[in-house]
Amino acid sequence: MIGWFDQNLVSMVDGVAYGLLLFTLAVGLSLVFGMMDVLNLAHGTLYLAGAYTAYALSDGSWTGLLIALVVGLLVGVLGGGLLAAAVAPLQGRGHLDQAALTLGISFIAAEIFLMFFPAETLSTAPPTALAGSITVLGYTYPLYRLVFIGVAGLLAALVYLAFERTSVGALVRATVADRDMVRAMGVDTRKILFGVFAFGAVLATVGGVLGAPILAPGPHVDQRVLVLSLVVVVIGGLGSVRGALLGALLIGQVQTLGVALFTDYAPFLLFGAMLFVLALRPQGLFATGKTA
Amino acid sequence: MSTAQPARDVRHTPDTRAVEPARRRRPDVRQSLVVGVVVLALLAIPWVLGTYAVMTFTKILIFAVLAMSVNLLTGIAGLPTLGQAAYFGVGAYAGALTAIHVSELGLVQLVVAVVAGVVAALLTGPVAIRARGVAFLMITLAIGEIAYSAAGRLHEITRGTDGLSGIPPVVAVPGAEGLRNQGFIYYYVLAVALIAYVLVAILLRSPLGLTLRGLRDNEARLRAVGYRTDSYALAAYVIAGGLAALAGSLWASSQRFVAPGDMGFQVAALALLCVIVGGVGSMWGACLGAMVVIFTRDYLGQMGFASGPLLLGILFVLAVYLLPKGIAGGPRQWGGWLRRLRKGAAGEVEV
Repeated sequence: MIGWFDQNLVSMVDGVAYGLLLFTLAVGLSLVFGMMDVLNLAHGTLYLAGAYTAYALSDGSWTGLLIALVVGLLVGVLGGGLLAAAVAPLQGRGHLDQAALTLGISFIAAEIFLMFFPAETLSTAPPTALAGSITVLGYTYPLYRLVFIGVAGLLAALVYLAFERTSVGALVRATVADRDMVRAMGVDTRKILFGVFAFGAVLATVGGVLGAPILAPGPHVDQRVLVLSLVVVVIGGLGSVRGALLGALLIGQVQTLGVALFTDYAPFLLFGAMLFVLALRPQGLFATGKTA
Repeated sequence: MSTAQPARDVRHTPDTRAVEPARRRRPDVRQSLVVGVVVLALLAIPWVLGTYAVMTFTKILIFAVLAMSVNLLTGIAGLPTLGQAAYFGVGAYAGALTAIHVSELGLVQLVVAVVAGVVAALLTGPVAIRARGVAFLMITLAIGEIAYSAAGRLHEITRGTDGLSGIPPVVAVPGAEGLRNQGFIYYYVLAVALIAYVLVAILLRSPLGLTLRGLRDNEARLRAVGYRTDSYALAAYVIAGGLAALAGSLWASSQRFVAPGDMGFQVAALALLCVIVGGVGSMWGACLGAMVVIFTRDYLGQMGFASGPLLLGILFVLAVYLLPKGIAGGPRQWGGWLRRLRKGAAGEVEV
């Protein structure tokens, strides 16, 4: 048993980093759907936009990373705002139209990216100070992943606390549960919806800036990210922050530990994990009481 | 019980006909004329158009079959799917492997492909049909993506990303030679596609087809009446899987090359686009949608002012905003669109 841990600890730590990255992506997708009933299939595109930003601006220095983060934040606000505005006229038209629209936008964005970036997977270097490896208790890790776990873990904790412990978070949760009731109490739910859309988009683009050294930008990465986030949301339950966190950590382990242990069956593990959770709880781990 | 009141049954027959005029009416002359002209035009294509156009029309027919599969789930049964490319791919690989190792006869390949598609749908469907609506869409998307990455990794079977090449030309009739001429391949695909269309049309008029519409329109009531709705959802899923696999086998026969990209997300998105452009719920709309979509990608995309995917993205956005009911929704919606535009210009805000 100890020997098993010994061999796979590095993969497991990798899995935590990957899982936290997925959380920053999935939580926005989950909340936007849980609240606005909007399925945003361009969510992976937001990650890609952030990751390309990191590729273009992050030159290995702290300043470069900082600039990339600020630009990524702006891209998120802009992208989220644009998406929210594009989807707004489709209220009441059903999910298929939303899916088609956001899918179309993601196609267009992917082509625009290809006008500026080469059509290959682009490796993005982390800041030089974090580039090397570090040995802790006899295990060697890439330093960046450990720092990423710290930063993303902090981010996840902040999102969770803001959602569960603040009054704004309570308002957001109330809107997820019953939008009409919140509106009847005199709250402008459209502002909340817009805010959450922009917030989710920013988390995705900032996740892209930070995650570029882990999940490198390139063609079709937007779709991969989208699928992984959707699986996390399905497993976690729509509109649940807790579910997104748990689902993301689970999928992170499946994707790293699973690949390390059962290389040949890796694609089926993702499906297997989804199957397992859905068999036990069809609404996901933490259902918000809302059915799709 | 029924023998006790035969007279009443007879008296009631005209009433039931009157209640369902749309379903029971005789095909009118205009409709048969349109069908005749369309079939004649399809038959004439290899005689009037060049090789590239015939190839494009072959692709259009195959995508029309795939779009019918998507429409059966999405438009008829109300289960929005982005995963049909998975079964398309399963059919393509099954058909291609059969052609290489077992038989060059088209019928054998089609049967094996459909069986493979049905089995794949039976294995994966129970997971998908636990959900409805967007969750269903998400799960099918995940299934598609997993199938795609599996095709890339199961190297011994699929030869990975290199793809399966060396697929022999398909033999349409036992004893005949393999089809090499693009026009003959087109006719082979056309024949299978027409048969598939007729079968789907029959299915839609059957009690099963009506039940699937009921699943879409009011599942709770259907369940309350005593239908096991999950079984019907699975039936729709499995039939659609077989239909997608049929299209996949045609794809393998016409391209004579299969790669993981053929079951990728792009294919699934394209098939959904066909349905949305054509009009959700309408089978001829889905076929027309396939024509618009493939024409946009392969013809307009070749002309050089913008790449195919970019044009498709724009087509997606325009279709959603301007054609809420698709082409099959008819010109009536354009009137509504203009009225809304005028209303908007007059300062009225629509909620």
